[in-house]
Amino acid sequence: MHYTVGEPIQDAKAPEGPVEERWDKRRFAAKLVNPANKRKLRVIVIGTGLAGGSAAATLGELGYQVTSFCYQDSPRRAHSIAAQGGINAAKNYRGDGDSIYRLFYDTVKGGDFRSRESNVYRLAQVSVNIIDQAVAQGVPFAREYGGLLDTRSFGGAQVSRTFYARGQTGQQLLLGAYQALERQIAAGTVTMHTRHEMLDVIVSGGRARGVVVRDMVTGEIETHLADAVVLASGGYGNVFFLSTNAKGCNTTAIWRAHRRGAYFGNPCYTQIHPTCIPVSGEYQSKLTLMSESLRNDGRVWVPKTKGDSRPAHEIPEVERDYYLERIYPSFGNLVPRDIASRAAKNVCDEGRGVGPGGLGVYLDFADAIRRLGRDAVEKKYGNLFEMYERITGENPYEQPMRIYPAVHYTMGGLWVDYDLQSTVPGLFVIGEANFSDHGANRLGASALMQGLADGYFVLPTTVGDYLAGAGDFGDIAQEDIEEAVGQVQDKIDRLLSVQGDRTADSFHRELGKIMWDYCGMERSEESLRKALELIPELKKEFWARVKVSGVNEELNQALERAGRVADFFELAELMCLDALHRTESCGGHFRAESQTEEGEALRDDDAFAYVAAWEWNPDGTPVLHKETLEYEYVKMTQRSYK
Amino acid sequence: MSTMNLTLRVWRQKGPEDKGRMVTYKVVDVSPDMSFLEMLDVLNDRLIVEGDEPIAFDHDCREGICGMCGMVINGVPHGEQRATTTCQLHMRHFNDGDTITIEPWRAAAFPVVKDLVVDRTSFDRIIQAGGFISVPAGSAPDAHSLPVQKDAADAAFDAATCIGCGACVAACPNGSASLFTAAKITHLGLLPQGQPERDSRAKAMVEQMDAEGFGGCTNTGECTAVCPKGIPLSTIARMNRDYLSAK
Repeated sequence: MHYTVGEPIQDAKAPEGPVEERWDKRRFAAKLVNPANKRKLRVIVIGTGLAGGSAAATLGELGYQVTSFCYQDSPRRAHSIAAQGGINAAKNYRGDGDSIYRLFYDTVKGGDFRSRESNVYRLAQVSVNIIDQAVAQGVPFAREYGGLLDTRSFGGAQVSRTFYARGQTGQQLLLGAYQALERQIAAGTVTMHTRHEMLDVIVSGGRARGVVVRDMVTGEIETHLADAVVLASGGYGNVFFLSTNAKGCNTTAIWRAHRRGAYFGNPCYTQIHPTCIPVSGEYQSKLTLMSESLRNDGRVWVPKTKGDSRPAHEIPEVERDYYLERIYPSFGNLVPRDIASRAAKNVCDEGRGVGPGGLGVYLDFADAIRRLGRDAVEKKYGNLFEMYERITGENPYEQPMRIYPAVHYTMGGLWVDYDLQSTVPGLFVIGEANFSDHGANRLGASALMQGLADGYFVLPTTVGDYLAGAGDFGDIAQEDIEEAVGQVQDKIDRLLSVQGDRTADSFHRELGKIMWDYCGMERSEESLRKALELIPELKKEFWARVKVSGVNEELNQALERAGRVADFFELAELMCLDALHRTESCGGHFRAESQTEEGEALRDDDAFAYVAAWEWNPDGTPVLHKETLEYEYVKMTQRSYK
Repeated sequence: MSTMNLTLRVWRQKGPEDKGRMVTYKVVDVSPDMSFLEMLDVLNDRLIVEGDEPIAFDHDCREGICGMCGMVINGVPHGEQRATTTCQLHMRHFNDGDTITIEPWRAAAFPVVKDLVVDRTSFDRIIQAGGFISVPAGSAPDAHSLPVQKDAADAAFDAATCIGCGACVAACPNGSASLFTAAKITHLGLLPQGQPERDSRAKAMVEQMDAEGFGGCTNTGECTAVCPKGIPLSTIARMNRDYLSAK
């Protein structure tokens, strides 16, 4: 697969001037729409997670006509609901030296200097409003005995700024947004379509003017028209088949938008979470995250000897390798996510992994139980131990947990400017679906913050500015609508007509394995070239052998999956191409050829301090547009955790 | 533990108009480490290749929090394992040679869409009636301007953990949605932020619950017994108090 280099992106539209004044400037400069006109303007929002749910609710509150879609049976199911840890905010309620500037600084550094300063500063500014909003909605955050909000500290920060609701912060924040959304549905400003999947964007006169969706109950292909379209359809981690994402998470909405002209930013940036429950067999359908907090008391180890298959308790102390403590004496078991993940992969590659298939490492609480007592450990981690036992059938009080890294989050996504607008005018992208704020690595408790910042506060301002010019948008050409519907229909017909002998899931699993093996935790020129050979072959086989039973005109889950897998194939190629072209290592993207003597990620700021924004090209040769990143405030440095 | 061979009796129904029937399937070599839904995935893969339609069922997060999955397993919503959603139920709780009966939620207000998939939009409409605090984005005061007693915050959280799966309705002999509705009324009613709308919320949500065709509560407690999140029956008493005092 080849690519060409196109014109660089000159202007991401952030205002000039001191970073702390930019968002105020943008807000003041944004044109307003008067209330009578808002009622005549329609905005489509795809997805109802933290970003989409909060955006649709807020646009409804402002008086726009909103049409919202989700593929689940209720907007409350979106996968934001599964986020465990918490949400960062620069409230400085602890008086421990936190500030908007410090959250900004930590996030830029945590992103390994591959995000935009203007965007990140705004995120830190808005973070304080999110907590206020959520509390006013009745989100039951953890509190102290004095009645004030409790916070905890999280990876990548030295202050305590993470607000949480036990291990279910995502659930509680999402229900807050969902309830605000339902209130607008009742008020008639938002029309909700559940069990609908977006399959294409309608672009007319150079602007996004609607979407093509499939009613997943009847199979009917519908068109919905609007003055602006907002994609909040989440990340694409399921390209790996196994990930911590929900089963339904997919790339179709953003991939179809990409094919309609929206650039794709940094597709190769993937976050691998180190503490997940390992795969138990070929039938495995998804991976479950175990909170990272376990690494505070658990010790990670594998046998010193290759192929040692004795049960853990029969391996004497001297024959165990506590490899994180050995390699990183100062951070030990608490090294950042990417480092812990890669180290686990390395020992398993050496043949020292434990459990089925040798793809696991021990996380051992025996010392903690001896030191603190079983009761204290149970108090701290009881619910996690229970969850682990439920899934594996093993008791972590008696034998060490087995953990292994899993795909968790995608920092890449559709490229957007400071206004969260893609390269297709009128097409906005928010939450995990865009590429914007996390650079090459996302810090813990920052995903919830970004989704809600985009949905409650940023998008409602910037989309208003765009819609103020709606008078000049013109009519939507019938042929543009028909062309999009035709494409959707063709794809469905093709999927149904193959009638081969393999399920879409079996192809998806195989694609996922290619991606995991060759474009996963560690990438090299050789592995990526291999992936770029294998993926097109498998894609070809998919279109020759896939079997979809049933018809379109019914609830057909086989058809839904096949359509998503077809798009994952195309995305997978672009991810590998992006990973291949970026010969440096940064954040979650580790290139074997670019590491320090100690084996750490080595950035190449001279060559790669840019966003890679890829333009779709129907002839199969993507065009790379570079957006140079400049750091006026945070000095670029190399991370070290030794 | 070695693998198992099982007989499944599964409810198949083409659509809302179809009468539906139980269909028997054999599944072999089931690993005890599989989740219940993974066992169905394997069966569905086989059905698709054979040209049959896969068994339709709802699911998404597969980690017990989204509330989308749910089937009646051997007569019990989410199966006999306590405090567990269907997706978190694992096959090691079954034995080689077992026959397992799988049916959809059955309730007047949850019409079957297809096979094991039911329509639960009635739950969303109960929330629409008043399951919220009216606070437009941007209008909130500083979060610390309103301290909340820790006990109240914790109790509100307990009620707020409801995942809206509908097992309570499926278990109730009356098909009542009282536990679901009461969980939200309790969550918001325990917090100071929720007081201004407390009366109107209780009244509107209870009335919507009745309008949707859910039955009344007769305190059988089946709902809380199957609730994967352990929402207590006391929430219903609280709902009734709020409803009566609202009149």
